[in-house]
Amino acid sequence: MMHIDRHEKIFIIVSILLLVVFATTLGVMAFAHGYQVPEPEMVVDPRTVATPGFSPFAEPGLREVGPNEYEAYILAQTWAFLPREIRVPAGSTVTFYVTSKDVQHGFRLENTNVNMMVLPGHVAKLKATFDKPGTYNFVCHEYCGIGHQTMYGTLVVEP
Amino acid sequence: MFAKEDRLAKWHIGIAMAALFIGGSLGPLQKLEHVGINLYPALSNIGLKSYYQGLTIHAVLNALVWTTFFITGFFTFALPRSLNRPLKYPRLNAAGLILMVVGLVVAAVPILLNLATVLYTFYPPLKAHAAFYIGLTLVVIGSWVCGYGFYFTYGDWRKAHPGERTPLIAFGALITMVLWQIATLGVAAELLWLVIPWSLGLVETIDPQLSRTFFWFFGHPLVYFWLLPAYVSWYFMVPKQAGGKLFSDHLARLVFWMFLVLSTPVGFHHQFVDPGVDAKWKAFHAILTYSVFLPSMITAFTVIASLEIGARNRGGKGLLGWVRALPWDDPSYTAQNLAMILFAFGGISGLTNASFNMNMTVHNTSWVPGHFHLTVGSAVTLTFFGISYWLVPKLAGKPLWNRKVALAQAWTWFVGMLLMSNALHILGLNFGVPRRTMLGVAPYASPDWDPFLIESAIGGIILGISGLLFYVNMLGTVFSKATLSEPIEMPVAEPLDPTPAPVWLDSWRPWLALAVVLILIAYGPVLYEMITNIQLTSPGFRVW
Ligand code: HEM
Ligand SMILES: [Cu+2]
Ligand SMILES: [Cu+2]
Repeated sequence: MMHIDRHEKIFIIVSILLLVVFATTLGVMAFAHGYQVPEPEMVVDPRTVATPGFSPFAEPGLREVGPNEYEAYILAQTWAFLPREIRVPAGSTVTFYVTSKDVQHGFRLENTNVNMMVLPGHVAKLKATFDKPGTYNFVCHEYCGIGHQTMYGTLVVEP
Repeated sequence: MFAKEDRLAKWHIGIAMAALFIGGSLGPLQKLEHVGINLYPALSNIGLKSYYQGLTIHAVLNALVWTTFFITGFFTFALPRSLNRPLKYPRLNAAGLILMVVGLVVAAVPILLNLATVLYTFYPPLKAHAAFYIGLTLVVIGSWVCGYGFYFTYGDWRKAHPGERTPLIAFGALITMVLWQIATLGVAAELLWLVIPWSLGLVETIDPQLSRTFFWFFGHPLVYFWLLPAYVSWYFMVPKQAGGKLFSDHLARLVFWMFLVLSTPVGFHHQFVDPGVDAKWKAFHAILTYSVFLPSMITAFTVIASLEIGARNRGGKGLLGWVRALPWDDPSYTAQNLAMILFAFGGISGLTNASFNMNMTVHNTSWVPGHFHLTVGSAVTLTFFGISYWLVPKLAGKPLWNRKVALAQAWTWFVGMLLMSNALHILGLNFGVPRRTMLGVAPYASPDWDPFLIESAIGGIILGISGLLFYVNMLGTVFSKATLSEPIEMPVAEPLDPTPAPVWLDSWRPWLALAVVLILIAYGPVLYEMITNIQLTSPGFRVW
């Protein structure tokens, strides 16, 4: 038989319970609250993604799809996001679609839960709502070569 | 009896320390750059072209070379002694070492020539010179060969001792090497199938998402490959150094098996925000990730209880007062105890990384280097320093050059790391500061970051000084003229309860089978889908 000291047994049981609580919280957040992480959305060919007619990223930019509803198509490349600046009115919901035409990049928008890897070949998608006017940076957080530290763009929420 | 083993161990450990010396020196430079003191132009004379080339050197040498060479060296020393029999084929282990060294040189040349500034994660389609990948592969294969040398030796021991339980140190070492064998299958698949043919120009294109997935199949168990040798010391050696006993032999064994089983099927927690991985598989790995905290929780209890036995034997009293009776005058002990404390902080920040929503906030921010400098940079590295404080004198046959300097080294590492990692965590969590970025010249850097950047730079400089103290002591020891007054023995802790563990805690088959089944469940369907829809659409880029 395996021998376990009584105190240690109690400690182990408490640890397991704690971890179960954590895992359940996570599960509830992930499923019940519809917590969003990027998921397979669309595949593209990075060699032609910027060619007109091959993908929506050939004309990157903001599209209005409904009242206060926008889609932002953003193309990442060494070492800039296209477009560099996006402007939306306060109260807008924006769905970000981001892909890369060369190496891996990152996309993290200040003060939101929008944080994703940007891989050539895949379209990363996340949504956020902007109530507070201001200027928010989106920054490339994945090493993408010698100019990586210069790669960012801004989202301006207008009053 | 162990002359050949010791000769091999000296090479492994010597190379490990040389690597950390070079790699570690770049750490403070990075921190200085972040506060606007850019020393890189001055270094271009000696061939360092950029911050990112330096960062590649820092991470490859520290996280891959220092760890791997130290671990194989430590086990070459400890496993034969634990089994009380020499290596069965010392030539095989020597061949393993030679492969590792050749690989290191082959990979180092392109790194130093700025042909492989792809960081230690080498995410395609960043494309380094093929020699970089081939060299890394040789290092891994060499470490496998060292492992085979251990398995053969163990096989003989097993034949000679039927029905006995594997001695604990050898037990921990073997599980570590098998875990490494499983882990490296991922990076072997990435390198041999996808990356090397592409870097040689045999194929034009590569699938970046599949490459990342193979990388992180390897990347997470990699961290347990670093950590388990530290656990070998904490469980099976440190209690002896503290004058105590191993509180539970049986649980210690269970913990090592749990790591073997659980450390691989969790790799997607590094890919929570990858666009090409399904959310339900991310959630599945996230839940398994919580389970891999359990063996570390058990370790905390068992190790603290073992130390308490030691402290009370040494006259310690009181509910917590016994802590003062621990051998705080012994640098080997002190370094490892401080490493454990830093690891506790690292565990907490790791628990945060593991949850979906927190991960969204901290992914790829400086929170992450904050976390792994506590774990691999402290729990592991400071423990290896602690081991070195008895092992190097033992191998050199000389007394430790200076005990007080060694104590100062351990404490300065502790303080420096607290400052640096605290600031890195805050910068990541509160300000979203990106990791592996030349922050000193980033146009979006905000003055709000400054106090924390300064705090972490001060931490980095203290760490640099601490590192120097370590090397002064090692060189002082090796080149000292003094001789040992009494021989040094490997510390081996006795279990408190000598009842042998049940057989299932010393049998490979059930645990290996469980590990394979879990990996198949956690990775099988995803990999099948990614491979059948393989997206070979990315040509390579050299953008540095
Ligand atoms: C002298 C002490 C050290 C200092 C001051 C230091 C400093 C740093 C800094 C500032 C970074 C982040 C750079 C960036 O994000 O741009 C970094 C990255 C890193 N460090 Fe250290 N470090 C030290 C020791 C270590 C040790 C001992 C290890 C491991 C054994 C280690 C492993 C790493 C790794 C793996 C990275 C990540 C590189 C990447 O993300 O690509 N460091 N270090
Ligand atoms: Cu970047
Ligand atoms: Cu991990």
